[in-house]
Amino acid sequence: MFSGFDFDVIRRSAGYLFREGMSFTLTLTFLAMAGGIFFGTLLAMLRLSKFRLLSAIAGSYVNLMRSVPLVLVIFWFFFLVPYIGAWIIGAKDPVKVGAFLSCLVTFTMFEAAYYCEIMRAGIQSVARGQVWAGYALGLDYWQTMGKIVLPQAFRNMLPVLLTQTVILFQDTSLVYVISATDFLGAAAKVANRDGRLVEMYGFVAVVYFIVSFGLSSLVKNLQSRIAIIR
Amino acid sequence: MRYNWNWKIFFDLEPGGSGTYLAYLLAGLGWTLAVALAAWLVALTIGTVVGTLRTAPGALVAKFCAAYVEIFRNIPLLVQMFLWFFVLPELLPTALGDWIKQLPPPWGSYVPAVLCLSLYTSVRVAEQVRAGIQSLPRGQTMAGTAIGLSLAQTYRYVVLPMTFRIVLPPLTSEFLNCIKNSSVALTIGVMELTARARAMQEFSFQVFEAFTAATLIYLLTNLVVVAGMRVLENRVRVPGFVGTAPSVPGGH
Repeated sequence: MFSGFDFDVIRRSAGYLFREGMSFTLTLTFLAMAGGIFFGTLLAMLRLSKFRLLSAIAGSYVNLMRSVPLVLVIFWFFFLVPYIGAWIIGAKDPVKVGAFLSCLVTFTMFEAAYYCEIMRAGIQSVARGQVWAGYALGLDYWQTMGKIVLPQAFRNMLPVLLTQTVILFQDTSLVYVISATDFLGAAAKVANRDGRLVEMYGFVAVVYFIVSFGLSSLVKNLQSRIAIIR
Repeated sequence: MRYNWNWKIFFDLEPGGSGTYLAYLLAGLGWTLAVALAAWLVALTIGTVVGTLRTAPGALVAKFCAAYVEIFRNIPLLVQMFLWFFVLPELLPTALGDWIKQLPPPWGSYVPAVLCLSLYTSVRVAEQVRAGIQSLPRGQTMAGTAIGLSLAQTYRYVVLPMTFRIVLPPLTSEFLNCIKNSSVALTIGVMELTARARAMQEFSFQVFEAFTAATLIYLLTNLVVVAGMRVLENRVRVPGFVGTAPSVPGGH
């Protein structure tokens, strides 16, 4: 059945696949996770704010991001980021932005909406009495949040945040639509150059499976270990 | 910053000769829904069976279903799309493979897209159904056994009717995900809404108008589905049953 196939192409291109492709994918995943959790937490605090206007704005942003496909958002930012860049530095023409930066902005802004919903649930899972106790001690809003509420919210939500990160890792493969060279993009380039679609895409599927399955199993393990004792 | 807004572009004719850009985008919505609805029907069927079997006694079957879920959950949707479109025809017997590759234009990519999205969505449905079944009080199954129902009858008359009513809200969001995920089919050549917005941008250079229109159409579709499902949810809600199924977290 596999007589017509050439699996050696995987060995020959492995260096390129992992050095160029996988490092792009992993760097993007890691930075977008960090940025996404940071902005997501801010968004969650805004959504829970007592100022109606702030919570309405944050809420609309989150709902908008969650209602449109990621592919469309990738296209949006791919064309929008050059204009935003020009606006920031005051240039007249749209600035040239590399694929990586464009992807990083996209995934940070998009995943922030999903991390926001997780952090919102996390903040709400902290007992109200904790907040009152913070205020009673004379702490202000930022101190209460930073020292009392958020540490517990993060701890409660750590498994869900990590699960979302595994999904983010898989989603980064969609940068293929703007021809960025992530792991799948690198494999697609080799596959098309050498006419080895079956071997390359099969290999990509196996690698994604091993990484995602491994990470999810670790998360599951962690979940049972840090389950809060109440 | 210079960008020439031109909202009247939607009434211009698109170069393919099918009519205005607006009609072109709406036809894209038609394809989006055609992929998503077909995939959803298959996903619902497979997902219910797999989710149910995972809770039923029978260690081997449950393990098999667990493996099915892990495989389709841990490979990115885009990679699965490529497996169905590029890889599968090569692995099948030559005659069958060639027949698939020579399907006339829209169907050659529509069929793999639907198959791919069906199986991808089915594991999510399976997880929701399993969570729903497990959230039922154990007494329900016991009561079924106590009144002399067989295992299959207990599932048919007691467990599943309750489960469906409980998991409707999480299934609604999975259906919305299914609609959004159908956009990935553009990579194998299905001209659905996102693909057409991208094509419109290439023909007319009106990037932001095209994407704004696509975004609005997705938002409206979402609103219609959510409103429709809310009516259905109110109708089938189990009276006096406050708890809803713990939805499986994460995902889009």
